[in-house]
Amino acid sequence: MNFIALKMLVGDRAKYIGIIIGLTFASLLITQQSAIFAGIMTRTFSFLTDAGLPDIWVVDPQVKYIEDIKPLQDTQVLRVRGVQGVQWAVPMYKGSLQARLLNGTFQTCVVIGLDDETLIGGPPGMVEGTLSDLRRSDGVIVDIAGARGKLAKVLPDGQRVPLRVGDTLELNDHRAFVVGICRITQTFQANPVIYTTYSRATTFAPQQRKLLSFVAAKAKPGQDLNQVCMRISQATGLKAYTCDEFKKLTFIYFLKYTGMPINFLTAVALGFIVGVTIAGQTFYNFTLDNLRYFGTLKAMGTTNPVLLRMILLQALMVGGIGYGLGVGAASAWGLLLGGRTQIAFRLPWQLLLISAASVLFICLISAALSIRKVMKLEPAVVFRS
Amino acid sequence: MTSIPQQVNDRNGVAVRCHGVTKTYGQGTAAVQALRGIDLEVRTGELLMLVGPSGCGKTTLISVIAGVLGRYGGECSVFEHDYKQMAKVDTTRFRGRNIGFVFQAFNLIPTLTSAENVAAPLMINGTKRRAAVNQADEVLEKVGFDRRMMLSFPQDLSGGQQQRVAIARALVHNPRLIVCDGPTSALDGETGQLVMELMRRLALGKDRALVVVTHDARIFQFADRIARMEDGRITQVENPPPQPTSSPTTS
Repeated sequence: MNFIALKMLVGDRAKYIGIIIGLTFASLLITQQSAIFAGIMTRTFSFLTDAGLPDIWVVDPQVKYIEDIKPLQDTQVLRVRGVQGVQWAVPMYKGSLQARLLNGTFQTCVVIGLDDETLIGGPPGMVEGTLSDLRRSDGVIVDIAGARGKLAKVLPDGQRVPLRVGDTLELNDHRAFVVGICRITQTFQANPVIYTTYSRATTFAPQQRKLLSFVAAKAKPGQDLNQVCMRISQATGLKAYTCDEFKKLTFIYFLKYTGMPINFLTAVALGFIVGVTIAGQTFYNFTLDNLRYFGTLKAMGTTNPVLLRMILLQALMVGGIGYGLGVGAASAWGLLLGGRTQIAFRLPWQLLLISAASVLFICLISAALSIRKVMKLEPAVVFRS
Repeated sequence: MTSIPQQVNDRNGVAVRCHGVTKTYGQGTAAVQALRGIDLEVRTGELLMLVGPSGCGKTTLISVIAGVLGRYGGECSVFEHDYKQMAKVDTTRFRGRNIGFVFQAFNLIPTLTSAENVAAPLMINGTKRRAAVNQADEVLEKVGFDRRMMLSFPQDLSGGQQQRVAIARALVHNPRLIVCDGPTSALDGETGQLVMELMRRLALGKDRALVVVTHDARIFQFADRIARMEDGRITQVENPPPQPTSSPTTS
């Protein structure tokens, strides 16, 4: 009977294609918008992702998310180092500074100051130069997107020349010498990121009494991270987060205090509604058009459970195809544009599951309407002309 | 042309027995009594025609006999199986094994080939697709189909050819009762004669029965008995008119 069900479905070419298009579009919208949302949210804590080594971040207790920097006293690094279970702790600076470009315009940059001795928390990949080049006088490493984009030199004829190793920048009236180009995870604000040493960053930064943004620490092997964080908090009066907790704090802040979730949720909901209305309605119409034949099959001895399986098979078949095409199109879109543009696209397996569940739900809603109609159908309908 | 018996063999068993069958559609003032106490027997080896004006209850009666209509009054049993004593699912399975259907509008599934349409009752009863289609091919050969026609879709066939497919579908699983609703209504006279001839030749057997609902007086001659209905009642059961002397022209 599966054979009959599938032939009934694919034989009605127009409706079959209509249902698949509806489901493909729904799957595409749900997957793509969710993936963009996931991509953008990932960018909010890209600094933590790129920092790599530290597994504990110590900040002021009032800090609400990663960009909410409340400077600490430099001595806090020493206090953290003295806490039991801490293997090492390094100071880190993170702040926004103005870079003056060759054409006289200013560009806001994110400046990250790494521990002078260890350079822990540096960029995850170097395109040109090495991390240790930061030890050269006035040395800074610029991220490649910034070097090619917002920090690129604009020649008098309007041509843009990417910033290169050997070029100089003016950071808050201080000379900065480009010693390397790095590759980092795109940041949420999309401002250029400049790495330098902690001491140099504090020189670049406007003078304040306190300039330490974070203490980045590592627990000794075998230590329970949460226990170490608790001990740090007790010893210093600061707040210590594990890397995942700090990411979560940032993620939740953006969820709660920005309009992003509702905006993306609206687009995802639109995809769902499109799926239910187009695919659901077309599938229901397909069933209505075939009601006479379902009735005929019923009269000829097909039981309700078999008819139920036939309709579910039809729904799952179009659902599977629509989902595959939609996810495929979303992935292709992400692959094609993700590498070349600023588009944030991140498609973890969890999103694929969510998308699959949504499409399955659409199919089940569509099938439920049809199933109800067919189950209630009295086979005597076949004798009515 | 197949010979048409004028007398029913009384020694045959009973295929269908209806006693006091009533059926009312709707409720209250809108209620319409379609059947008003039908008593009828159809014997094995017999082709019984139900005739009468529109709205007299023929289709309702055939629906009761075929077990496709729930909630009726009285008793109706087919080959000693009383539908009212059977669970709904058992009635459905009973229909699948024992009853063949021929419809006025053919009701062939347009996306299946002729052979696949004919194979449907076998697949419903659990036969694998390949075996079912092979068996369907054999029955289609009996109704005069060649290979090309077996692979044709219903919309590519003439009305007569479609009805031959429908007949093959009604016969393929060897049901003991075949019910036909206006099998010749959508056909011209000559094709109608051919279809009825085919049905008598292929469908009637010693332990089989045919119940045909029709308006078409041109095919009355193919009946063993004719039950006339009026206003929900059987008013007369009679023998058919004499067999015509000349055979219909075959095309």
